[in-house]
Formats: sequence, C-alpha cells, structure tokens
Amino acid sequence: MLRFLFSRLALIVPTFFGITLVAFIFPRILRGDPVLLLAGERGVSPERYAQLQHQFGFDRPLLVQYLEYVWRLLHGDLGQSIATKNPVLHDFAALFPATLELSLFAILFAVILGIPAGILAAVRRGSIFDQLAMSTALAGYSMPIFWWGLLLVIVFSNTLHWTPIDSRIDVMFYFPTVTGFMTVDALLSGQPGAFGSALSHLILPTIVLGTIPLAVIARQTRSAMLEVLSEDYVRTARAKGLPPRRVIGLHALRNAMVPVVTTIGLQVGVLLTGAILTEYIFSWPGIGKWMLDSISERDYPVVQGGLVLIAGLVMLVNITVDVLYGLIDPRIRHA
Amino acid sequence: MTDSLRATDPGPVPTATSPWRLRVAMLREFWHGFRQNRGALVGLAVLVILVLVAIFAPLIAPHDPIVQYRDAFLSPPAWAVGGRPEFLLGTDPLGRDMLSRLMFGARYSLAIGTFVVTLALTGGVALGLLAGYVGGWVDAVTMRTMDVILAFPSILLALVLVTVLGPGLLNAMIAIAVVLLPHFSRLTRAAVRVEKDREYVTASRVAGSGHLRQMLVTILPNCLAPLIVQATLSFSNAILDAAALGFLTVGAQPPTPEWGTMLADAREFISRAWWVVTFPGIAILVTVFAINLVGDGLRDALDPRLKRS
Repeated sequence: MLRFLFSRLALIVPTFFGITLVAFIFPRILRGDPVLLLAGERGVSPERYAQLQHQFGFDRPLLVQYLEYVWRLLHGDLGQSIATKNPVLHDFAALFPATLELSLFAILFAVILGIPAGILAAVRRGSIFDQLAMSTALAGYSMPIFWWGLLLVIVFSNTLHWTPIDSRIDVMFYFPTVTGFMTVDALLSGQPGAFGSALSHLILPTIVLGTIPLAVIARQTRSAMLEVLSEDYVRTARAKGLPPRRVIGLHALRNAMVPVVTTIGLQVGVLLTGAILTEYIFSWPGIGKWMLDSISERDYPVVQGGLVLIAGLVMLVNITVDVLYGLIDPRIRHA
Repeated sequence: MTDSLRATDPGPVPTATSPWRLRVAMLREFWHGFRQNRGALVGLAVLVILVLVAIFAPLIAPHDPIVQYRDAFLSPPAWAVGGRPEFLLGTDPLGRDMLSRLMFGARYSLAIGTFVVTLALTGGVALGLLAGYVGGWVDAVTMRTMDVILAFPSILLALVLVTVLGPGLLNAMIAIAVVLLPHFSRLTRAAVRVEKDREYVTASRVAGSGHLRQMLVTILPNCLAPLIVQATLSFSNAILDAAALGFLTVGAQPPTPEWGTMLADAREFISRAWWVVTFPGIAILVTVFAINLVGDGLRDALDPRLKRS
C-alpha cells in the first residue's frame, strides 16, 4: 500500500520540474526581447536596459536563472503582474473562486443529468431512450462549446430575454467578497434579489461548461452499468428474486460507480480547458479569462505563474484521483 | 467422384497463409463488424459527402469565398425575409457568400485534421515505440515529458505555443499536434510493452532481425487497433481545437474561410444576424459528430473488448 502511494507521489517531482521548465522557458524563447517588450514603445536607454536585464536576472547563466526561479516558486513567489502590479498569486487567489464556482456548478449539472441518463440507457439498452440519449451524448461530446455558448446567448438572452449575457451578477448589486463564490456571498449579503441575480448569471455558463462532461459521464455510466449488469452476482441477485430497483440501485450501481467517479475526477483538465472558452464568451472574471487576457496583453509573469498554478492543480487532482482509485480497487494498486 | 469434384473446382484453393487473402478476409471481417453499427455508417456517409464537398469546392461553390459583394452586407438566408436567392445561406458582414465560405471551410477543417493527426501520430508512435522497446531512462524521460504536456489544459498549452510560434494556421496545427501527441505515445508504449515479450517477437529476434525491424515490422502492426481509434478521436479533437484557436483569433487568419475564424468574425453581429453565427457552428458540429460516430464504429469493430454494448 505504502509502496503504491510513494510510487505515485514520486511522479509528482519530475512532472513538477517539467511544468516549471515549460513556464521558465516560455518567455525566453518568445520572439523579441522581454525587457524591450516591458519597456513598451518609448524604448529604454542602454544603461536602463542593462539595469533591467540585471534586475530580471537575464544576465546570469540559464541554469542559475532556472534554479532561482524554482527556488522562488517553492517559496510562493510567482512574480508580479505587469498589468495590475499585484503578485501573481494574489490575482490568482482573487479570480480562482469564480472559476471554481462555475466549475462546481458545471460538474454538478453534468453528474445530476449524466448518471441517471446513463443508468436508464443501460437498463433499457436498445430502447428509443437509449438510442436518443447516446446520440445526444455523442453530439454533446462533439460540441464546439464556444459556438454552443453563442447559440444559447442568441436564444435565451437576445431573443427570449430570460438570462443575462455576461459577468457574474447585475451591476446594481454590490457587497463585500467573503468566500469569492458569488452565490454564497449574495446570500450572506442579505440583499433581496442578489442571490437570484447571481444564479441567473450562472445558468448559461454552467450549461456550456457542463456539456462535454455531461456527455462523457453519461456514456461512461452506461458502459460501466452494462458491464456490471452482465456479472454473475447481478444475475444471482435477480435470481434471488430481489426487485429490479434494488438490484440496479444497490448491487450494480455501487460497482459501476468506481470508473465513473474516476472519470469525473479526470474531467478537471477538460473543465479548465472549457473554462477558458466559456469565460471568454461570457466575460466571466475567472482564471481562464485572466490567462487569455494576459496572453494577449503579453503580461508574461502572469502567463508563467498561471501555467505553473493551473498545471500544478491538474496534476494534483489527477494524482489524487489515481491514488483514491488505488485505495478503492486493489487490482489497480498491484498492477 | 473425383472427376466431378474437379469439374467444379474454381481454381487454386485459397489458403489462410496467403497474406493477401488473409488481409482481404480480415478487412471483410472488419467491415462486417463496422456495418452492424448504423450510426457509424451514417457518420461515414456524412464524412464522404464532406470530403467530396471539400475536394470539389471550387466547382460547386456558387461564389468565390473571399469576394465581397458590396451591395449585400449581412444579407439573410434566401428563405428568410429580405433574403436573396443568389445567397442561399446569406452573406457575412463583409458581403461574402456564407455557403461558399462554408464549403471552402470544409477543406480547411479536413486538412487540419489530417495534418495534425499525421504529425501527432508519427511523433507519438515513434516516441512510444522507442520508450516501450528500449525502456530504462529513455522510457522514463519520454513518459514524464508526456505527463507534463498532459498536465496543461490543451487549449492553454496550444495558446502558449501559438504565442511563441506566432499566430497562424500552420503554427496552430503544430501546437495542437504537440498537445495530442502524448495520447499516441502512451498507447503505443503500453501496447509495445505487452507485445515485446510475446513469443513471436522472440522468434523474430532469434531469426536475426535488427532492432528497427523488430520495432516497425514485428511489433508495431500488432499495436494498431487502439491507435486507429485514437487517431479518429484526435481527428475530431484537432478540428475542434483548431476552430477554438480560430475563434480566439490566433488560429487561421482572416480572410481564410476557416469555420472557427468565421465565428470569431461573426461574434459582434450575434444580435443582428443569427445566420453568420449559426451556420459555421453547425458545420463544425456535424463534421466532428460524423467523425466521432465513425470512431465509435471503428472501436467496436476493431476491438471487441472495448465494445460499449
């Protein structure tokens, strides 16, 4: 058990160094001198140029620069944003709750619809519902979500005027940030209508971000259920005369959920990719939009720091899922 | 008795050992499995139509995709109020014919898929073969590098790569290939490690085949099934990612009629002209959907173990 745990945790180290290496190399292979880019259109004097070079450490050997970079990272120093002058970590912490809130809603949406749909499709295999649900799931999986978002805006915001178009809440509401979750903060503020406003702003982004995970979860649940339903112990349970509800809900579902839970865990990377596009469409002030803006504004410290934080997050979640899976299922552990 | 048998003899008896016949038999078996899946057949049909449209776009498109008709900015589809019959699906904000742009867009999307998959497949298979066959530190370094690539959300890494390489379709395709490459190398490596210790590989080594022959001729053909399925999946992913990069304005550049780029151009007209937003998206969805249908069918036919039902 411990050996399994350590073997998985040991993978973190090289991956972490790989991630930092990517973030470290990125601004150094860009076309153009980063110092001149920083200086902007006015340019700099040769003295100031040398001074800046020294300040950023560009005049030292690459290996030294890299080690220093990692050293600072490990001490929580991810540099400073050129645009906001804030430490990158500070901006990340301020914007991350918006992405997290949206992602949680999206995964909830996907699980609540996807698991029942998958179970029903498996139980009624070959039925019209099964065929319809699985075709819809494959269509959802094939969805260009940036277009899906625009389409929903056309229908529900521009035509029907049911939902707002962008941002997290109406501008008329203002209250202090407590948790960073707009829905929770709105409730805490006690302002009438604030919670409803926050929720209505979440609807379309949640659907857009949740579509692909929904499709993946529905498909995965169906195939896991089908596999389990053909097992001997399910046949035994049926032969014993247990009601179908109990056979499916208790005997089959529990075992079928193991791969499904793993799938849900592995959606984090997908969610973050989706969040970039979703936040772009709905002007959602989260880390996806933050990264996009920083890339287009050439705010390289932010891009660097964001890369490390986001990739680190994905890596940690994946390894946690992996370890948990190993804990639940001994076959994985000893493979 | 013998004579009558001889009289009906159609010729040389086909033997299972004849490699050509074996291949035909395998292909027939595969087609039999593939045909069972109605969705896959529909997907294949749609895909064939798309390929034909892409090939013959210059012949069948009613207009030049980049010619701007100054008298027809944002003309609605022909059937809508104010629509003009010569612009069946309407025109875009610059007065270009939507239908023609969509037809030419099929060329870009299919070319993007082909190019990206070829690049990712070749690179990924080469790395995976090497890692799985050689093992040791080559394996460790390769696979940890793949882990790093997989740790980044695909669009983010592609965006960063495009920032480094500069915007444009070619660079976007290279970036997407890099992002998709680890899936191929992981699959290949896993398959190679299973096959490497099989008896037929040992036999071929004893017979004196070199490392390169071992890798490419002996082992690789036996790892193909999961790779073909992955290639189909990557094909649709490549189209989606390229469209996303186009939408984020770092992929194909205007006036290229690439579907994602068309959506980016259309975004600000979303409340005035639904058709400029709707049609390119439908084109992407239909293409990707068709490819995924084929992918599901391929998976079921090639690898019964992975069969969904």
